[in-house]
Amino acid sequence: MTAVIEVSEVNKRFRIHHERSKSLKERIIHPGQGSYSDVQALRDVNFSVGTQETVGIIGRNGSGKSTLLKCICGVLKPTSGQILIRGTLAGLLELGAGFQHELSGRDNVYLSGSMLGLSTKTIDRLFDSIVEFSELEKFIDTEVKFYSSGMYLRLAFSVAVNVDPDILVIDEILAVGDERFATKCIDRIGQFQKEGRTILLVSHSADMIRGLCHRAVVLDQGQVIADGPTGDSIRVFRERMLADAPKPIEEAASAGSATIEAVTTPSGRFNILSGQRLQLNVDLVAHHGFDGHFMMEMFSTEGKLVTRTDPMMNSVSFSPGPHRITVDLPEVPLTDGDYDINLGLVGPDGYEVLAWREQVAKLQVTYNGRGAGWMAMPIEVSVN
Amino acid sequence: MIKEEASLSLRTPVDERPVRIVSAQQSVVSQFKSIWETRELLRHLVFSEIKIKYKASKLGVVWSMFNPALTLAIYYLVFHIIVNNGVPQFVIFLSAGLLVWNFVINSVSTSTGIVVDRAGIVKKVAFPREILAFSTIGTSLVYFGIQLGVTALYMVIVHQAPIWSMLWILPISLLALCLICGAIGLFLSAVNVYMRDTRHFVDVFLMLWFWLTPIVYSYQHTVATKLHSHVLLGIHLNDIFFINPVTPIVMTFQKVLYAHAYVRATTPDHSILNMLPNWSEGSYVTMNLILVGVGAAALLVALKIFGRLEGNFAEEL
Repeated sequence: MTAVIEVSEVNKRFRIHHERSKSLKERIIHPGQGSYSDVQALRDVNFSVGTQETVGIIGRNGSGKSTLLKCICGVLKPTSGQILIRGTLAGLLELGAGFQHELSGRDNVYLSGSMLGLSTKTIDRLFDSIVEFSELEKFIDTEVKFYSSGMYLRLAFSVAVNVDPDILVIDEILAVGDERFATKCIDRIGQFQKEGRTILLVSHSADMIRGLCHRAVVLDQGQVIADGPTGDSIRVFRERMLADAPKPIEEAASAGSATIEAVTTPSGRFNILSGQRLQLNVDLVAHHGFDGHFMMEMFSTEGKLVTRTDPMMNSVSFSPGPHRITVDLPEVPLTDGDYDINLGLVGPDGYEVLAWREQVAKLQVTYNGRGAGWMAMPIEVSVN
Repeated sequence: MIKEEASLSLRTPVDERPVRIVSAQQSVVSQFKSIWETRELLRHLVFSEIKIKYKASKLGVVWSMFNPALTLAIYYLVFHIIVNNGVPQFVIFLSAGLLVWNFVINSVSTSTGIVVDRAGIVKKVAFPREILAFSTIGTSLVYFGIQLGVTALYMVIVHQAPIWSMLWILPISLLALCLICGAIGLFLSAVNVYMRDTRHFVDVFLMLWFWLTPIVYSYQHTVATKLHSHVLLGIHLNDIFFINPVTPIVMTFQKVLYAHAYVRATTPDHSILNMLPNWSEGSYVTMNLILVGVGAAALLVALKIFGRLEGNFAEEL
């Protein structure tokens, strides 16, 4: 398969200047370089994206994911290496970035549309559908500076999604706007996927990546540390986050307080009938004595979060040494499907992760009823 | 389902799609290609700039005439009324030079700051950054057109005809002007990102440049007669004026619009003033063609330098 985006051996160095002399005058008065340090934002990054693929890039703040995205869009140029792009690319690094506040909505549609690479003729043709999508018919000739931030984003997004690129590159923008708007964005991305476009998505939200992407690339300190199916990559990402969590002064509450060794069921199988009881035995070794809470998550195969337990409930307390936690789910009301189980321990504040395992088990649920959704919720109906 | 398949087949096959490569080095050819592909953006930038500038004002684009008109009035007052240089139709002589000069000052001083001023889009949207500097050439051209129109109107009113047979040289001259100002503006816009007070130096330098260009005085009458006898290292000092590429352009405009090489002064002695050199039409053409060549070469160099410097724009802003 021919790759649509080929990133090969890309390096990017930034020069951070300390007490930078930003002016010609100062440079003449104080010749010499001044002090600076180089920061390697990307280190030998290699990966490629095929057609019809939706690939997520995850990483912590400062891991280089936005730099990589900017290089792919062409806003930044790599220090060395090259990026090959086949087809038209629309980069949505920020919604409404090309807007001029003094101009009307109409003028801005044309200006930002042409900035995204549309010809005037194409914008003429798309104009009505852009306006319709934005629901701003009445205000299209009003200057953008009088728009509310919601209207502003709506117009910007309408322009962006009506561009017809082969490759769409999105940076965190789905996080903006109200819930209805966010849903609209995600629906549109789903449609883009069906149309066979390539989508590259950057986020630090593992849940969003899980929901949309087939594949994920994990960046850490400018390097690719994982590139594979979304679930696997997210596991690497979470484990790296855990490994690098800042260690408090007291050893007692540090990350890696315990190691989760195995998760089993008394029957040895992970398939149940809907509504049945599920028991899990979690074997772990506590490296020292500590208190905390037990937590569990379930994800559907599409990567949607089905349930996550309250991090302030299910208190547990350990002395150093091996332990077995018995988890009892008296009734699992899930419908047909496979569910990934993540579990672990968080600190007494319910925030700090002490031990975590992603996808320790895959639960298979068989549901014989005709109900739909994730849950087969038992209800009682009576007629008076 | 049918709809999905239809849209699937609408996508261009991967192997037939245009290929773009992002890397540290960019060839001038690919720079030209990407600039050409975004020419519509250039047009939108030019007109949105003009629209924004005069949107809230009642008189609108008429304001763009105010500054040049005032400049012209001041020079007319100082040199014609107070100093009494005796040049007949001095307004037309001044206009010819100021038309060119206003273009230079508009394009060069605006484009110097333009990448920094548009930091918002430079950091977030991918498009050839050269477009920004070129858009100021576009806006300057629009203002140039308006001023040329007003000058033409004035010439009609005072019954002063240009040299019709040489009018066709003006577009060549204007092309040279666009190329030269484009090159200078492009270079300075990139430098200003790294050294922010470049624009202040440019403002001072433009002032000096103005007085070194024969606009309010005549090259032939003042410079040539006074400096020709001074020779330094075998060069007549007046020839040094032609290092300044705006000088020949200004002189072409003066030739075509002012037309008269010899005029009778309006001073009481009615002496003969030699305002313009007596060069043939052919030498004006040659001079301007050389300038187009120089401008094109300068633009290539500026593009090359800009290409080198633009890689770090987004992080320096």
